[in-house]
Amino acid sequence: MTATDTAPAAAPFRLSGRQIVPLLIMPILIVNAVSFIWPTLSLLRMSLNEPIAGGAIRETLTLQTYVSVMTDSFYLELVWNSVYLCSIITAFTLLLSYPIALFIHRADPKWKSLLTLMVISPLLVSAVVRTYGWVIILGDQGLINALLLGSGLVDQPVRLIFNNFGVMVGLVEILMPYMILSLMAGFGRLDPRLEEAAQSLGAKRLTTLYRVTIPLTAPGIALGCLLVFVLSISSFVTPKLLGGGRVFLLATEIYDQSIVLLNWPLAASLSMLVLVIFGAALVVYSRVVKALD
Amino acid sequence: MEQKNSLPFTIVVALLFVFLLAPVLLVFPMSFSGDNFMSFPPSSWSTKWYAALPGNTVLIGALWTSLGLAVVVTTLSLLIAIPAAYAIARIEFFGRETLFALFTAPLLLPSIVLGLAILIVFVGIGLISTFPGLVLAHLVVTLPYALRVLATALSTLPHQVEEAASSLGATPLTVFRRVTLPLMTPGIVAAAALAFLVSFDEVVISLFVVGPRITTLPVELYRYVDTRADPLVAAASVFLILGTVAVVLIVERTMGLNKAVGKG
Repeated sequence: MTATDTAPAAAPFRLSGRQIVPLLIMPILIVNAVSFIWPTLSLLRMSLNEPIAGGAIRETLTLQTYVSVMTDSFYLELVWNSVYLCSIITAFTLLLSYPIALFIHRADPKWKSLLTLMVISPLLVSAVVRTYGWVIILGDQGLINALLLGSGLVDQPVRLIFNNFGVMVGLVEILMPYMILSLMAGFGRLDPRLEEAAQSLGAKRLTTLYRVTIPLTAPGIALGCLLVFVLSISSFVTPKLLGGGRVFLLATEIYDQSIVLLNWPLAASLSMLVLVIFGAALVVYSRVVKALD
Repeated sequence: MEQKNSLPFTIVVALLFVFLLAPVLLVFPMSFSGDNFMSFPPSSWSTKWYAALPGNTVLIGALWTSLGLAVVVTTLSLLIAIPAAYAIARIEFFGRETLFALFTAPLLLPSIVLGLAILIVFVGIGLISTFPGLVLAHLVVTLPYALRVLATALSTLPHQVEEAASSLGATPLTVFRRVTLPLMTPGIVAAAALAFLVSFDEVVISLFVVGPRITTLPVELYRYVDTRADPLVAAASVFLILGTVAVVLIVERTMGLNKAVGKG
């Protein structure tokens, strides 16, 4: 997650061109300043302003929006719902991704690249299209309801979207590739001979899984969970389309407050809250990683 | 490998793959629906939704905007990121790693937060609902990807050829133009493809910057799915998926997708 640990290793060969460095990085610095640093600081500043009814904003320095978020039961429930739903989504994503990652890790090299390509390819398809695919499957006249009605199990379509269930199914599927790739990165530590040893000493397949395979791959699990939790908290398109305006999460509320209700100070302080939750997730992650070492 | 994948385990994984790929695959049969509303399986088949696509002026207009935007954003991403990547991967200077972290930091912010932050600033300087505004907003997310891919490509490049060229009397600019740049080609292709796809698919940040005068295809598709339920979006999605496959094949041919994504 941190940008620094992926910084390219210092190359042994360097041109003596320090004089031209400012020239080379000036363009990216300007774009970064205009559309990242300035906006981020303005967002922080905006969260300290006072919203006035009708979308007007009074420039001041107050913690009013933060106080109202912390005391209003609607927002407390919103925050709790988001964290709770995203934790469940993370758990299910892990549960459904682990077998795929393990399978690919154990697969023949000739199958490996094809299976990896199948995992990566959904990432390249727009989230709008993939969410639309879930409407085809889960809608009132969708695939699942056609099967249920056809088999006579139900005589009324079952509500599978425009509720928490639909949002969960959609996000789990959309975030699975990230989890699988994180798990596969962590599976490097998994030496098949250790599993063999456990089994030759009499451990059953499941015991081997719980006592050898999963503990050895725990760092990959932790990384994947952090990534999926953070991505699910910040995802907007899927909760909005599959929630149908009935599922209230932090990301959808930030959008509604800023675009529909024009309460920018409140939207800004909710954004800051998302960043605080990110920070908390990162702290939990680094604690877990430290405990694993 | 002694641990083989057993048959029951293979079946479980096959079902999980079905779950993972079903939403994308079902778009194809859905696009040939003969119904006027979304119903699966369709009661009849037709190509009427494909016939209806060219007549939807909003979507077609948004498609041209998105294509133009992606081309401009990709070009600018390369022009801006190549010199920066060169400085970061090839020249030792004070604050190199801090700057690299700063330039890739926008990826750490959720796009909903970044979108709101950009809205607040762009409203004040008249960039909302303009083409330059969309270009600047997209560059924030494409530049970190381009910079990373290019810096990685540069740092894994053998430098002996460059040293040889400069010891034979080539000026630094000539070395860069005639030696470094051609050697970087696979990295440049990967960075360009990534920037193009990210810009062309970007929806959340765009939602904050678009307006009555200008809109993009993902935004219009999002709005369409949000307000109406018919198979038109399925027909549009088929073209988007095929377009993505074409871009991926180009990258695969040039350098191999696993390498490009794995190192990005």
